[in-house]
Amino acid sequence: MKILVAVKRVTDPDARIRLNADATGIDMTGVEYKVNPFCENAVEGALQLRDAAGGEVVVVSIGPEEVDTYIRTGLAMGGDRGIRVPLEDENLDSDVVARVLAALVAKEEPELVMLGKQAIDGDNNQVAQLLAGYLGWPQACFASEIALSDDQQSAEVTREVDGGLEVLNVGLPAVISADLRLNEPRYASLPGIMKAKRKTIDVYEAADLGVDTTVKVRVLKLESPPERAAGIKVDSVDDLLGKLRNEAKAL
Amino acid sequence: MIGWADLINDDERAIQDMVGRFVSTHCMPRITKDFEDGQFADELIPEIAKLGVLGADLQGYGCAGISPVAYGLACHELEYCDAGWRSFVSVQTSLAMYAIWRWGSEEQKQRWLPDMAAGRVIGCFGLTEPDHGSDPSGMKTHARKKGSDWSLTGNKMWITNAQIADIAIIWAQTGSDSGGIRGFIVERGSKGFDVLSIPHKLSLRASHTGAIHLDDVCVPEENRLPDAQGLRGPLACLNNARFGVSFGALGSARFCLERAIEYSVERKQFGVPIAQKQLIQAHLADIITEVVKAGILSIHFGRQKASRTLLPAQVSLLKRNNCRMALESARICRSILGANGITTDAGILRHALNLESTYTYEGTHEIHTLVLGEALTGERAY
Repeated sequence: MKILVAVKRVTDPDARIRLNADATGIDMTGVEYKVNPFCENAVEGALQLRDAAGGEVVVVSIGPEEVDTYIRTGLAMGGDRGIRVPLEDENLDSDVVARVLAALVAKEEPELVMLGKQAIDGDNNQVAQLLAGYLGWPQACFASEIALSDDQQSAEVTREVDGGLEVLNVGLPAVISADLRLNEPRYASLPGIMKAKRKTIDVYEAADLGVDTTVKVRVLKLESPPERAAGIKVDSVDDLLGKLRNEAKAL
Repeated sequence: MIGWADLINDDERAIQDMVGRFVSTHCMPRITKDFEDGQFADELIPEIAKLGVLGADLQGYGCAGISPVAYGLACHELEYCDAGWRSFVSVQTSLAMYAIWRWGSEEQKQRWLPDMAAGRVIGCFGLTEPDHGSDPSGMKTHARKKGSDWSLTGNKMWITNAQIADIAIIWAQTGSDSGGIRGFIVERGSKGFDVLSIPHKLSLRASHTGAIHLDDVCVPEENRLPDAQGLRGPLACLNNARFGVSFGALGSARFCLERAIEYSVERKQFGVPIAQKQLIQAHLADIITEVVKAGILSIHFGRQKASRTLLPAQVSLLKRNNCRMALESARICRSILGANGITTDAGILRHALNLESTYTYEGTHEIHTLVLGEALTGERAY
């Protein structure tokens, strides 16, 4: 089975971030990128399915040359080869990403596309759904468990929904997005990292793929969350109840 | 923080990142208790082997073949947690495996190295003796020809991993007719081979440290390392290990500095964070300066190691500088945390105590001083 899995780089979630001068993005000076954690779950999920069913895992990312690092991480974990489509971050929205991926699907003809359920920077949670729409494929988002049928024609996907679990049966080819509970991503071993150096990463220009890269969503303005005001001390339980009742209206 | 981001390549960064993740997930959460209980996390050995850290800088035989700098960065991340972790890996990789890789026969390499890389066979390295530390040439342990085999008798002391080792690389005097000091692979379970724990340590508590007693231990000729002759045999291994020790010490220093910075920002005295006090800032500025200098020097010498131009005296310089720098930094960081710095929870004094060992082992600070003196003047003072 051939599986296409996409990875996205995101700002280091542990870094202290500042807005750029015109407040339309993050000031990346001195801030590092990390792989989006949900994408790591997607890679691990793809590797597990390939290890069980055979086939190939193709690790894809969109971005400048630096994103090769994150494709290589996927290859070091066990991915077979990589593809990068060079587009700058400011020229991307969820829709462009979905259209690029749809074009890659047309070229690579995988039986399954695995994605993280969302990226922890924009938290958009749109690419998997848009991609399934463009392809006309079934989608199973927020997968916490995937079981491939014996004939590899369908997959039973457990997804976490409010108040319980939902089990879907999707015919392949399909798009599945991974939740954190899907698995625990493996470490890329040191020999794996060395081997990944010799795996190929093909670069496909969006124009050559015939993708319309018009951005539909523009970020107008970002704001930092308001500073949290200092708390106060109360003298008695009655005081506390009074404030909760009259000021906070919490009771 | 150390300022080496631009000096390392993508693989090296990925390797540092992976080892760092392993350490923060598996080693960090338990290190305080392991140190207090005086135990090493033996059950994590298969996990760290799976990561490919054991023998990582060696070529072939199931080893990853990473660059010296990448291996140094792995050591750095391990010791960011605890020097006990880095010592375990150093001894397995740079002493035991390297001894076989460098001085062993093809059969010995095939037989031992893949299993050692996979963590199925643990090795230790017996050079130091109760009465011979800095002066190994005077070692009492001897090997006598006994038919086609050898008989080893003697005592080895301060041996990391001794209690869990399946094989020990034992260095023994064979007499001038047989080439002087020779190395032997002694298998656990050999008759007359005993290991004792060295208890009551205040340093490297989360690490196995033992003494090895050899009483007429029969070692077959095929377990002698054929290519090692004289003190050069063990010293080449030590020289190799000192490189990892140097990167490791930086990890300890980085840990202590990060904690001291965090603490100084949070801790209020006289109504303000102590980070606003100039004496605290001066301490932090001094430490980061030393850490950055040592970090850049380590990378530079790592590149030389890769191109085989690194001289033993340069390794002495690096080991001496980094271990002293880390120990002094740890002590100052402890003082920044005041009384809170003496708890095991803070971790800084644990690092400082460990650094008392790294300051001394793999060539004492003093001997490295004299090696540098000799390199500069041609006069040997040890």
